[in-house]
Amino acid sequence: MARLPVDIPTLVKDFGPTLHRIPAGGWAHTIEDEKLVKTHCCFCGQQCGIQLRVHNNKIVGFEPWEDFPFNRGKLCPKGVKRYMQDEHPDRLKHPMQRVEGKGFEAISWDFALQRVSSEIRRIQDTYGKDAFAILTGASLTNEKAYLMGKFARVALQTANIDYNGRLCMVSAGAASKKVFGIDRSANPWSDIPKAKVILVAGANIAECAPITTDYIWQARENGAKLIILDPRMTPIARNADLFIPVRSGGDIGVFNGMLHVMIERGWIDRPFIDQHTVGFEQLAETVRKYTPEYAAKIAGVPPAMIVKAAELWGPAPTSFLMHSRGIEHHTKGVDNCIAAINLVVASGRIGREGCGYAMITGQGNGQGAREQGQKCDQLPGMRDIANPEHRRYIAGIWGVPEESIPQKGLSAIPLVEAIHDGKIKGLISICFNPAISLPDANFVREALEKLEFYVNIDFFLSDTARYADVVLAGSLMEEDEGTTTSVEGRVIRHRKVVAPPGEAREDWKILCDIADRLGHGDKFRYASPREIFEEMRIASKGGVSDYFGMSWERIEENNGLFWPCPEAGHPGTPRLYENGKFGHPDGKAHFIPIEWRPSAEMPDEEYPIILTTGRVVSQFLSGNQTRRIGSLVDQYSQPLCEIHPRLAEKLGIADGDFVKVESRRGNVVVRANLVKTIRPDTVFVPYHWPLDRSANNCTIRAIDPVSNIPEFKTCAVRVSKVNQPTDPIAMLEVQAGGIQ
Amino acid sequence: MMERAFFIDYSRCIGCQSCVQACAECDTHRGTSMIHLETIERRDSVQTAPQICMHCEDPICAQVCPADAIKKTPDGVVQSSLKPRCIGCSNCVLSCPFGVPKYLSNIDQMMKCDMCYDRSSVGKKPMCATVCPSGALTFTTMEEIQRTRQGIPINSWKFGAEEVKTKVYVMVPREVTRVDVDLVQIRTTAPALPKDPYDVALMLEEIQ
Ligand code: SF4
Ligand code: SF4
Repeated sequence: MARLPVDIPTLVKDFGPTLHRIPAGGWAHTIEDEKLVKTHCCFCGQQCGIQLRVHNNKIVGFEPWEDFPFNRGKLCPKGVKRYMQDEHPDRLKHPMQRVEGKGFEAISWDFALQRVSSEIRRIQDTYGKDAFAILTGASLTNEKAYLMGKFARVALQTANIDYNGRLCMVSAGAASKKVFGIDRSANPWSDIPKAKVILVAGANIAECAPITTDYIWQARENGAKLIILDPRMTPIARNADLFIPVRSGGDIGVFNGMLHVMIERGWIDRPFIDQHTVGFEQLAETVRKYTPEYAAKIAGVPPAMIVKAAELWGPAPTSFLMHSRGIEHHTKGVDNCIAAINLVVASGRIGREGCGYAMITGQGNGQGAREQGQKCDQLPGMRDIANPEHRRYIAGIWGVPEESIPQKGLSAIPLVEAIHDGKIKGLISICFNPAISLPDANFVREALEKLEFYVNIDFFLSDTARYADVVLAGSLMEEDEGTTTSVEGRVIRHRKVVAPPGEAREDWKILCDIADRLGHGDKFRYASPREIFEEMRIASKGGVSDYFGMSWERIEENNGLFWPCPEAGHPGTPRLYENGKFGHPDGKAHFIPIEWRPSAEMPDEEYPIILTTGRVVSQFLSGNQTRRIGSLVDQYSQPLCEIHPRLAEKLGIADGDFVKVESRRGNVVVRANLVKTIRPDTVFVPYHWPLDRSANNCTIRAIDPVSNIPEFKTCAVRVSKVNQPTDPIAMLEVQAGGIQ
Repeated sequence: MMERAFFIDYSRCIGCQSCVQACAECDTHRGTSMIHLETIERRDSVQTAPQICMHCEDPICAQVCPADAIKKTPDGVVQSSLKPRCIGCSNCVLSCPFGVPKYLSNIDQMMKCDMCYDRSSVGKKPMCATVCPSGALTFTTMEEIQRTRQGIPINSWKFGAEEVKTKVYVMVPREVTRVDVDLVQIRTTAPALPKDPYDVALMLEEIQ
């Protein structure tokens, strides 16, 4: 059925988002017999260490964990208020099913699982195995991510499983793999303060990776120069030695232009290139035409900035490159990253202290969740699902015939398009809120309505779960245990702090039960997540992301272990590529020449302005968790459209006016925020909000041909002043997509 | 343990409000934050500045309190008003040169940052200086700050003719020895402003 059972205001009344403001036990509650549990924040890939305060099986607060080496007690506001997602009035505590005209009613687990398994059977028997798809998430533990991939290939035998890391790390991952042969940040963060020049490309570090700020400031105290590329002056850009306000999608101009100047002035490491790389000559040939003037036209900045960037980066003794979604969310996302990484390899500054490169993961387990085989084209250990040898190894671990493992399936966007086309009829989703997080949101909502059967596992009724036929009450990070792999490639332990409330259950148990009812229970007999880890560790053996030598004890004792860790006693590998040894079979880094090409949709007369989207520090992704926490919503309560006063003046818009940002696909109505810190040809709207406040109503469903990441960072819009909206959605509270 | 002090480096602040959110988690005033985060002028820049209590050596708030409700501990921490004494007159709120004390009408009492006395008096760091992701707020030893930072810590201020020494330090460039805050002159015509340093449009104007 998969349509909203009742109207949105009714769903909001019943399931929130409601703002949780007062911790369990009240503010004044000071307790002697509380315990502190060391675990990690769930709200981004930094995975900060944190201690949760527990009293009577209730989480009542937090305490910094100063001994965890990555963040040493530091936290952003999401981490500080993370505990307010516990004991939340909106929490789902039992399974539910959709009732037309009413909403959702509670059902028993037995009935829910029966219904889910028989619908899976019916759809697969009628339309074929691949007609039932899975959308999963990158904020799940490694154990759950592994289980999702196995569940798809063994229990459902569907090819169509993909995850929301498709919106996050895939461009960076693909680029790294192509150039270096391995998809992981190359260095531990402790290398950052030792670099003499740092290039940050498309990463709003202050808001999306706040803990990294101190590492960068420490580098500056040590004399490092800082270069920042961003269409907006972000908080860390304020202190940059060189801020390049690049046009969204123009980054290749800067990178190729810099390399052009570096080659011209001899700021490349010839011996390193000769010994440890291939393909430099073609690259040099390609960048020959990227003179600062030519490159500047592409980048939309003065040529002098590109020359200055090359002067800072080129001759430096040590250097560090960091990039994230700003250059990755493009139809040329992979190429953008490759062009940036070429600068690292050409300088030879990789694989040693203070020299390297990192991609900044966004989601809670952005790194680990892409290693364990829940991507449409991968098996555990980052193995290739098309490689017969890889398939055989994993089939052996799973105890299934190799032929029974499906081949590569559809990635997230084509998968949703296949739902829209009626080719996929059933969906199970977990940890993914596509109604908000995918581009072209009107299309996504239409697709959801076409499903014959949709089952959603979640702890709150997300904007997408509202479309479900059956909702299964799952678990929060702190209600289960396992591991994640942080932005550095450090595998860390999440501890179970409390039990899931009411009848809610740990996600892995739910999956094992469904598998059981589908007749595959013998392959899903785990007593605990630790047993899943043990199997996963062996499944990863010999793969790129090798966890074989790890144990939960070793991870705890060492405050995390970096993969690859191929045998017991192996210390782990904080820094990759030491001594110029890269991950390709030939041991070399592969230069790839990159030509700039335009974005899928460039501004024109009808839609003359570039819309770019992103995050704010107080919200996490689709906001399903953080739009329910009062003090985080207070900090930045509704999306604002950042617009330069010059552009605003032309359009007759004053600060605080309501504006309609409109693309060929849809519009979003939000208040204007006049700021001089953005390019005058670009507007910015953060994407954490639903419905008429969703920036993704405007964004374009165009994807990178290699990584399949959507082009969230560039589409063409027009902006106009409108009256304050007064429709029923606008009348909702801000956290629900209203303006009240 | 070496004695630790509080250091503020405004240039590091990224405006994340972690300090504000964490301040409200401190057990002595849980639910109410005592920090202000000043947004300088969002239209013109992304600069922000945290304001905690500077813990003056000779606190003006205490001097002007008619009820003698504001006390300094032997180790120099200026406390919130004593509940039985505070008459809610707000003299302290008006007199503080840093704008720190807050009059809370719901409890009819002045509350202010007390450097998380419950934590700092038992050897822990204040909440804000523990969580601050940028190091704008730091609680550490003088030796450590001198070893790791380019700027220098100072704790003397001049407000017009008034000199103030504080327990809390601010990081400034090496040549500075005292922060002088002059009275703001109200003029009929604005003086010529320097080129707007954070205006992206101006940065791009060089493209011909
Ligand atoms: S959201 Fe990220 S940066 Fe913020 S506290 Fe959590 S892990 Fe740390
Ligand atoms: S926590 Fe630190 S960086 Fe964030 S607003 Fe406060 S002082 Fe600034």
